[in-house]
Amino acid sequence: MISQYEPKAGVIARRDSILAGLRRILPDNGVIGEALRLKPYETDGLAAYRQPPLAVALPETTEQVAAVMAFCHAQGVRVVPRGAGTSLSGGALPMADAVVIGMMRMNRILDIDYADRCAVVQAGVTNIGITQAVSEHDFFYAPDPSSQLACMIGGNVMMNSGGAHCLRYGVTANNLLGLKIVTVTGEIIDIGGAYCDSAGYDWLGLITGSEGQLALVTEVTVRILHSPEGQRAMLAAFASVETAGECVDAIIGSGIIPVALEFMDRPCIHACEAFAHAGYPLDADALLIIEVEGSVAEQDDLLGRIKEICRKYDPISLKVSESAEESLAIWKGRKGAFGAVGRISPDYLCMDGTIPTSQLAYVLRRIGEMSAACGLAVANVFHAGDGNLHPLIMFDANDPAGFQAAETFGADILRLCVEVGGCLTGEHGVGVEKRDLMGVQFTETELDQQRRIKSAFDPGWLLNPSKVFPLKLPAMAAE
Amino acid sequence: MPDSVTQAPQPLNEAELASMVAEACATRAPVWVCGNGSKSEMLRPVQASRSISTAELRGVTLYSPTELILSARAGTPMAEIEATLAERGQHVIAEPPDFSHLLGSSKAQTIGGVVSTNLSGPRRIAWGAMRDHVMGLRAVNGHGEVIRAGGRVLKNVTGLDLCKLLSGAHGTLAVITEVTIKVLPAPERQATLVLPGLDPTRGVAALSAALGSPYAVSAAAYLPREAARRLPALAWVDRSVTLARIEDFTASVLYRTDRLRADLAAFGPAEILDDGASRAAWAGVRDAVPLPSAPEQAIWRISVRPSAGPAVAARLQQAFGAGWFLDWGGGLVWIAGPATEAAHAEVENAARAGGGTWTLFRGPLALRATVDVIPPEPNALAAIAARVKSAFDPAGILNPGRMRASL
Repeated sequence: MISQYEPKAGVIARRDSILAGLRRILPDNGVIGEALRLKPYETDGLAAYRQPPLAVALPETTEQVAAVMAFCHAQGVRVVPRGAGTSLSGGALPMADAVVIGMMRMNRILDIDYADRCAVVQAGVTNIGITQAVSEHDFFYAPDPSSQLACMIGGNVMMNSGGAHCLRYGVTANNLLGLKIVTVTGEIIDIGGAYCDSAGYDWLGLITGSEGQLALVTEVTVRILHSPEGQRAMLAAFASVETAGECVDAIIGSGIIPVALEFMDRPCIHACEAFAHAGYPLDADALLIIEVEGSVAEQDDLLGRIKEICRKYDPISLKVSESAEESLAIWKGRKGAFGAVGRISPDYLCMDGTIPTSQLAYVLRRIGEMSAACGLAVANVFHAGDGNLHPLIMFDANDPAGFQAAETFGADILRLCVEVGGCLTGEHGVGVEKRDLMGVQFTETELDQQRRIKSAFDPGWLLNPSKVFPLKLPAMAAE
Repeated sequence: MPDSVTQAPQPLNEAELASMVAEACATRAPVWVCGNGSKSEMLRPVQASRSISTAELRGVTLYSPTELILSARAGTPMAEIEATLAERGQHVIAEPPDFSHLLGSSKAQTIGGVVSTNLSGPRRIAWGAMRDHVMGLRAVNGHGEVIRAGGRVLKNVTGLDLCKLLSGAHGTLAVITEVTIKVLPAPERQATLVLPGLDPTRGVAALSAALGSPYAVSAAAYLPREAARRLPALAWVDRSVTLARIEDFTASVLYRTDRLRADLAAFGPAEILDDGASRAAWAGVRDAVPLPSAPEQAIWRISVRPSAGPAVAARLQQAFGAGWFLDWGGGLVWIAGPATEAAHAEVENAARAGGGTWTLFRGPLALRATVDVIPPEPNALAAIAARVKSAFDPAGILNPGRMRASL
């Protein structure tokens, strides 16, 4: 089990009065204290770690969030914010003495403004919910994490979520205009709004991706965009990882930025094909999914140029989708990659490093060697345009040594990512999962600088403690 | 450079810079942090008796065109970076402006200065601000410690995003010594649709329609007649101009310009600026050339929701005869007017009424030292800001007073 800060004995002893206090703020059904009903909140998308919280609060308004926060602050109670609980890094893992503040009841879309191309939504609206709300006017919200059917915009903000189309549209941080936040003392503050570039410090940029360390988010103003006229995907399969990598370099070097550029290695191709029957070639060592957008003529033009480039790298096969249905089939395999690996292995760990794209072949070779040495299979999907690598490490959780071996293998992969000039996490966040690896990427001086920023927002370290920073509690925050 | 600042030998590398800051911290001696000082006339005057400049920290340290990444030391002139990128057909995404003429400077702006001020050009409305493309940086905090943030990859959520916090912090939290930015292929061609003679509200409605189209409009501005006349590429129109730019491969530009013209037919017949004229027009808009240039006038930059831009401009034109134009689809309101506290109060009120933010961009020292050059923050946030400042610079030595009197 992952270590967390020592629970505050005094808080646990006051559990009943804390629950009573929360019930004075929220409607009866907005506070959960019974052990059985706390169960669903004890873990998130990183299900290997479990810890029931002290209580769960389910506010429906920003004012209620602020009141709960002010109460918890006055009581010295730690708080763990939670959206849909889809974090793959344990970002919403509770602590025994913490109140989980669940945002799922704050699920209203407050305003849509097509002329100014923005929408104001509550933190508990799902990612896909925003796009669905504006799709009647052919608009969409760009960041598209794989969990977009379930994950909530508040969580997207906290983790600065990415997706398959970041190369063209950027990550969450690049698609936000404003936030309504609640501070640790329960103050409500508006950051930014329906306009660009607030003067003063970039609180919007700092809070985005802060993993609940600085403040809670209750409302988000997002940019919405008009959908392109259309989009189409193609497949290019290669006999080696090296040639696929060279081909990616050549495409980008030619001045074409596809809206998506995804890479799969051989084990991943096989797992996805068995699952999706997308027509992936099984004799390839590397497969690229390349998507472009625009009118049909523009798509033809771009795909034609890309095909011509691919041909210089001896592809095993090239297949341009001829219809929206074919494009969907091509994507079905990729989008189902995690599930597909889940079918061939009892359990898997999804890693999330980023590497300079030029290092892909070297990194995959090293991962292959590590895999052989530890005896755990691995499949790799890679956002080839932006360097974000997702090795899926397969193991059997029923074998007690299995999870530990997988974790060790994963940590070694992340160390390798940093060693070649990359980073520990491209889009899943540090959470508890990568917390103890932060020293691989940052010096203690750098971590202390980040910790002081956390302290500036949250002097008592009540907000989502035990995450992001290797455990080292400032003296003033102990009890 | 403020007159009070003495010229001293400047650091030749990051380590020297760090030790100078550490010494300033130990003696609690405020320093004016700058690059070449091309933007020293922006915001508030710094109360410091010495400067620490990154001007000697020069050079591109990494450029990997296929990875869309460029790193350069903070003192590298922006023009040098743009030339390096152009050799490989790439560009800086945020289209950073050069306000030398506006700020009365003959100095070459540096990448450190552009990032520290987070200044972005017309492409900002479609492709994001300068800070959106800062992937990594190295900096020296107020203790004299070297800290790194981000990295050299395009996707990175490891730890707090100090890249964004330090971008636009005007050197008040740390001295940026090296920057890594994301770059993109420069489009093969551009063209601009010109709708002549619309009133401001109708013009911004056209810009909203253009930006809300599927044609990837990359810039959208509205210039009243007198502003348009200051741009040689547009003077011939002799009426107000509503401008929408498309940049891409040639065939796409031709196709989309046609489609956009058809979609915007309700706004009247459109002219097309071809590649060269389009580039010239947007370089002018980027650098705020359409503003009246009388040096005694103050200049403000107001950012509001795009549809609110015309009302802000109208209000200030009525209040003090403001010269103005609109970029960013209508949301960036450039204002020129008398350098008085009364005019500044009008700007504050107009920006507040428009639900946005303002910057007193240029003005005489006395005015800049007196008024809030950027909006004050609510108390709860101001308290956090003071603690964040202290988290980087406990002695308060880095550019004290540059953004706010209290910081």
